[in-house]
Amino acid sequence: MKMPISDAAIAALLGYGVVFLGLFLLMCVIILMGKVMTARKAGKVTVTPGTDGPTATVAVPVKEGPAAPGSAGEVKLFDVGDKEAAMLMAIVADKLGKPLNELRFKSIKEVK
Amino acid sequence: MDILGTLSGLVMESGFAGFFAAGGWKNLVMIGIACVLLYLGIAKKFEPLLLVGIAFGVLLTNVPGAGLYHMGIWDAYIYECPYDAVNDYALYNVTEGRAYTEEEYLYYIAARVSGHTTEQIEGYFEAQSETEGSIAADFQALVEVPGFDFEAANEIADEVITELSFTDIIHHGGLLDILYIGVKAGLYPCLIFMGIGAMTDFGPLIARPSSMLLGAAAQLGVFLAMFGAILLGFTGPEAGSIGIIGGADGPTAILTTSILAPHLLGPIAIAAYSYMALIPMIQKPLMRAFTTEKERKVKMEQARPVSKTEKIIFPIVVATFVILLIPSTAPLIGCLMFGNLLKETGVTERLSDTAQNGLMNIVTLFLGISVGATTVASRFLSLETIKIVILGVIAFGFSTIGGLLVGKLMYKLSGGKINPLIGSAGVSAVPMAARVSQDVGREADPNNFLLMHAMGPNVAGVIGSAIAAGFLIQLFG
Repeated sequence: MKMPISDAAIAALLGYGVVFLGLFLLMCVIILMGKVMTARKAGKVTVTPGTDGPTATVAVPVKEGPAAPGSAGEVKLFDVGDKEAAMLMAIVADKLGKPLNELRFKSIKEVK
Repeated sequence: MDILGTLSGLVMESGFAGFFAAGGWKNLVMIGIACVLLYLGIAKKFEPLLLVGIAFGVLLTNVPGAGLYHMGIWDAYIYECPYDAVNDYALYNVTEGRAYTEEEYLYYIAARVSGHTTEQIEGYFEAQSETEGSIAADFQALVEVPGFDFEAANEIADEVITELSFTDIIHHGGLLDILYIGVKAGLYPCLIFMGIGAMTDFGPLIARPSSMLLGAAAQLGVFLAMFGAILLGFTGPEAGSIGIIGGADGPTAILTTSILAPHLLGPIAIAAYSYMALIPMIQKPLMRAFTTEKERKVKMEQARPVSKTEKIIFPIVVATFVILLIPSTAPLIGCLMFGNLLKETGVTERLSDTAQNGLMNIVTLFLGISVGATTVASRFLSLETIKIVILGVIAFGFSTIGGLLVGKLMYKLSGGKINPLIGSAGVSAVPMAARVSQDVGREADPNNFLLMHAMGPNVAGVIGSAIAAGFLIQLFG
């Protein structure tokens, strides 16, 4: 059965609106979930008197040289190019048999 | 022994004779199209995993006499009308969109027995019948049809299956009919979604939830193409199925079409997969046209790390929430998120491996070849197919533009921190669309790495197109 054009226009607008609303609400749920998780994480690293707590694990910041261009996010590259770094990370992931996105690289530095 | 008669019989019964029958040239054209699709899949590597299967299905279904796929069976199943297994004919009035009336059924049987056409029989009935529309009078007229034989009529009537079930299809159908049951039952698209879920890392989306809005914006083409299809004279369910091509998601398009407009499954699936393979060609010019050099050069900050717990909770939350919001998305979202949960739990590695490898490959094989089989020449070569192909590219284009425009809005609102190029990745073709964002970003600045940032909108697009499909199924189903 043919649909009147006015009904089609309303259906199209409504459909687009429903998709936006659905994903917007989902976005809110994920933000909320993220906040809860971050808060939980922050609660865990709070120092509790009488325990070693996180003080034992917090690394003393090491003064390093200037980061090489192309350093992104957490991974600090020292005297290592992007391509070499990507290659090294891929090799490490392959050797460990773990997906790359489950590994966390802090820094890559060329040992001279 | 009549050697000439035997040889002539062999020739007449061979598939070659089918090319010279009425409309036989269409089969030749379709075989040509199958070869082009095979070339694109094999030589040009356009979505080869599916396109090669689809193309071979096109080839097999259009070889005259192969009998692997019966269009009549599926017409009878879809329109719930009687099916003549001998002639592969659904007793369905195409122009009025309904099963045959008792009168039309009688005409059909009389035509079969006497060797006349149904039009001739109808004309004969009109001339003979004193009380128009009366079955009794029709019955009397039927007896008087030249060449009519009651016993033969009874035999033919016994051969007609009045209510076709999947069991009848297995009994009377060919190999591709049997495989196609998986499409009609909505099995293959959902299992493919399970595999996609098992292969997808939702981390970038969890880390940057605002990507959801880009995934939503990039569904613009779905609804514009749906509106355009109605303007071009398609019905609502047909328009919805055509629009979903813009979701750039093959399984979603197949599931939606198999529910709403199964007679358009062939052209829609081929358009969807062909355009997905052509994404770089469709998207790149639009991305360059709708963004400035400055915008394309924006380097985005690394998103926060996402914990394993979050990744495990994510599929559970999304499945529950989205299914509650639009229940008709349950098969797609349920399978997508189940597959993802298998991947993220870390305790179901074997199942995750099966979902993303063995199962996915088997289902891809069956899906490709059975979807290709629906492209029967007499139905595929029509003006409708050309309209679908045009509307499909419009849908893809506007979906890309929708994502880019909201990307630009986010660029402004974030003070230039969001690169609008990631918006075009919201069209869901994973990971092709994200790769295109990366490519265009690197063209502007070789040190710009947008891939992981674009994966967020890309996977949001998968959820977005499933929601769009759920809405269309709910509206027109």
